[in-house]
Amino acid sequence: MEADVLKKVPVREQDAKVRATNFEEVCLGYDKEEAMCEATRCINCKNAQCIKGCPVAINIPGFIEKVKEGDVAAAYQIISESSALPAVCGRVCPQESQCEGKCIRGIKGEPVSIGKLERFVADWARENGVKPEGAAEKKNKKVAVIGSGPAGLTCAGDLAKMGYEVTIFEALHEPGGVLVYGIPEFRLPKQDVVAKEIENVKSLGVKIETNVVVGKSVTIDELMEDEGFDAVFIGSGAGLPKFMGIPGEQALGVFSANEYLTRSNLMKAFDETSNTPIMLGKKVAVVGGGNVAMDAARTALRLGAEVHIVYRRSEEELPARVEEVHHAKEEGIIFDLLTNPTEILADENGWVSGMKCVRMELGEPDASGRRRPVVIEGSEFLMEVDTVIMSLGTSPNPLISSTTKGLEVNKYKCIVAEEDFGATTKEGVYAGGDAVTGAATVILAMGAGKAAAKGIDEYLSK
Amino acid sequence: MYRIIKAEELAANIYLMDVEAPRVAKSCQPGQFVIVRMDAAGERIPLTICDYDREKGTITIVFQVVGAATEMMRSLKAGDSFQDFVGPLGCPSEFVNEDIQTLKGKKILFVAGGLGTAPVYPQVKWLHERGIDADVIVGAKTKDLLIMEEEMKAVSGNLYVTTDDGSYGRSGMVTKVIEDLVESEGKSYDVCVAIGPMIMMKFVCLTTKKYELPTVVSMNPIMVDGTGMCGACRLTVDGEVKFACVDGPEFDGHKVDFDQAMKRQQMYKTKEGRDFLRAKEGDTHHGGCGNCG
Ligand SMILES: Cc1cc2nc3c(=O)[nH]c(=O)nc-3n(C[C@H](O)[C@H](O)[C@H](O)COP(=O)(O)OP(=O)(O)OC[C@H]3O[C@@H](n4cnc5c(N)ncnc54)[C@H](O)[C@@H]3O)c2cc1C
Ligand SMILES: Cc1cc2nc3c(=O)[nH]c(=O)nc-3n(C[C@H](O)[C@H](O)[C@H](O)COP(=O)(O)OP(=O)(O)OC[C@H]3O[C@@H](n4cnc5c(N)ncnc54)[C@H](O)[C@@H]3O)c2cc1C
Ligand code: SF4
Ligand code: SF4
Ligand code: FES
Repeated sequence: MEADVLKKVPVREQDAKVRATNFEEVCLGYDKEEAMCEATRCINCKNAQCIKGCPVAINIPGFIEKVKEGDVAAAYQIISESSALPAVCGRVCPQESQCEGKCIRGIKGEPVSIGKLERFVADWARENGVKPEGAAEKKNKKVAVIGSGPAGLTCAGDLAKMGYEVTIFEALHEPGGVLVYGIPEFRLPKQDVVAKEIENVKSLGVKIETNVVVGKSVTIDELMEDEGFDAVFIGSGAGLPKFMGIPGEQALGVFSANEYLTRSNLMKAFDETSNTPIMLGKKVAVVGGGNVAMDAARTALRLGAEVHIVYRRSEEELPARVEEVHHAKEEGIIFDLLTNPTEILADENGWVSGMKCVRMELGEPDASGRRRPVVIEGSEFLMEVDTVIMSLGTSPNPLISSTTKGLEVNKYKCIVAEEDFGATTKEGVYAGGDAVTGAATVILAMGAGKAAAKGIDEYLSK
Repeated sequence: MYRIIKAEELAANIYLMDVEAPRVAKSCQPGQFVIVRMDAAGERIPLTICDYDREKGTITIVFQVVGAATEMMRSLKAGDSFQDFVGPLGCPSEFVNEDIQTLKGKKILFVAGGLGTAPVYPQVKWLHERGIDADVIVGAKTKDLLIMEEEMKAVSGNLYVTTDDGSYGRSGMVTKVIEDLVESEGKSYDVCVAIGPMIMMKFVCLTTKKYELPTVVSMNPIMVDGTGMCGACRLTVDGEVKFACVDGPEFDGHKVDFDQAMKRQQMYKTKEGRDFLRAKEGDTHHGGCGNCG
């Protein structure tokens, strides 16, 4: 097998028609031969730009070099120095705007398929029982980590590697944050990938206590004063869903994407044996255009519905990853762009019977630099739908900030934390991930968890 | 795992359990709730905290078998465990944070309907322990469904028991007792707390509104996470959207849109009904009853 220098080695995927009816993973990943072939496309740049595009600065040419040699175990140890969740990132990172976006190969032709190579290495390590290496020496200090999403897991893993005694407190009954309740099985398998990566973090000595809602079950002050934690990291995410505030939003059959995805992912409603119910709509409108909207839409499709994405700007502005939009289209999701709902109608029993929408056109750029959508006069029309899923973004939950003395938040309820090491306004308390930035990405959350681990180490070494 | 210390049947289909959950027992207050999950395949079921023992680290729950999940839960015995037991969730009752002297000057009426007796109990007890004796109306469909009468008697001021069919205590619905107390027995109250089925809370609110008696209700919509993450529990209060799990569960009853909340509560009824039958009848259930398809 020989690589085309201008093109990625193609990756095998489940056929679009077949996968639209199941919850198995869409992308099948490289095998060893394909990975070694793709690895030859990397020219091992001296001043590797790709590393600058990765928020946790994985030694990309270093691990790819090992793949080239066929020494996958060595490649895994190199990745593990920087990342606790490579099987996850290889699957869900927006590589096109991060590592791969900076790859020199991309100037003329396609960049090296860094994400798929990372995924291959991580999957190989899991299948062959290779684990990351733990701490050599224990330090006699305790750190509490709140939330078990990517930020919390990374921070906990790094601190454990440094020798700290770490306990993660998680509100839900299963650890993983958005990785378990948000991102669907067909993009990120829960048992085979997420659970295994969490096992790896545990094997470093990290304890995970589920069913603890910090701010309710116990406060940060109590953790520090009564339970002897020397420092705290807050990685509680941005889980509070937004609604549009249009008439009819309380009708039966209107859900937040979080509810819909949680029922399907965390509670396994798609599985016949689960007791959790989920609406099986015939015609579903998903309002919004981000990754979350794509996930909700593709979930509804797999549950048997005709699905429309309703987004008020044009295709160019869709905030979702290119790959996700592409997959969604292939599977048969219908995109109603430049369209905005104004009212949800209900039948006499309160169930959704339709959605009034208007057409939009793009006007002048707004503060975010994107062209602002404006309503086209007289363009109102009715969409016949029986289910509406609102996917308009989320914001941090005030449970922790409102119960912790001296912890400052900004006007968006995001925790104020200094950028380099995640220090908050409260001594010994650090924060990172979506709780600080608002909804962002897995790898940015991991980067913040890493930075905070350094900050905490420095603070506790004083 | 959260071990069950005690499990007993209080009345037909109504069960009480004491469960070891030290973190919840340490920090809970009246008005709050927990979410329990029986096993790995189980649903997340919200239940009000009915009593707590901070020293023993236990929480008391009382639940009624209404669907598939509660049907399975009734088989749990002392010594068994819940896989998950998270809390305390929601906000404590408002009076918990009120100035105790002001509170002592208030006449409080509790109205408990059916299973609502269980969540009313810790509130009345909390007040009793601080020297405040509230009047309590307890209503049940019939004598056999009456629960916790002795416990309630020990902590309340006047206790008025009524049954819909007149088989015990007074006769008639709780709303009739409120009317009798206020209109013919010369009682007056500063605040009313009503907990029970939504339909009962709705009618209590219509009644107390006549007397301009401020009324607090405890809402029990369908929930998933209980931490403000999903929005399943949203309801409209005074024209605004609220999440019962974090903004409540207690709200000003005169401002709650009950009709909408009752509709939303029934959302999964058909699907749930089917699961219920499947769980109850197992292999012997083959459809054809007209309820499932
Ligand atoms: C549907 C969906 C799809 C996405 N797709 C992508 C994608 O393809 N690529 C990508 O890079 N990003 C994606 N994202 C975004 C990404 O998942 C998040 O940015 C990332 O998970 C943030 O990590 P975090 O650790 O900060 O928070 P989270 O993952 O949100 O984890 C926070 C955890 O803290 C827990 N918690 C909250 N409050 C408390 C408390 N008081 N006490 C204890 N625990 C608490 C929560 O239960 C949760 O488990 C997606 C998000 C969603 C919702
Ligand atoms: C904050 C809160 C506190 C609660 N406290 C108690 C309590 O102390 N004791 C108790 O027995 N129950 C309580 N409930 C109700 C209890 O959670 C439901 O009865 C239970 O979830 C039903 O589970 P199931 O699977 O057995 O029934 P399902 O099969 O889910 O449903 C059976 C029927 O119950 C209805 N239902 C479903 N969910 C709820 C709900 N959350 N509330 C009311 N009806 C529902 C359905 O519409 C259906 O008709 C509380 C609910 C909330 C939200
Ligand atoms: S972690 Fe993400 S950004 Fe970094 S190399 Fe891997 S795929 Fe690229
Ligand atoms: S920029 Fe591209 S070619 Fe250069 S080292 Fe990184 S992956 Fe290899
Ligand atoms: S139960 Fe999910 S937000 Fe209240």
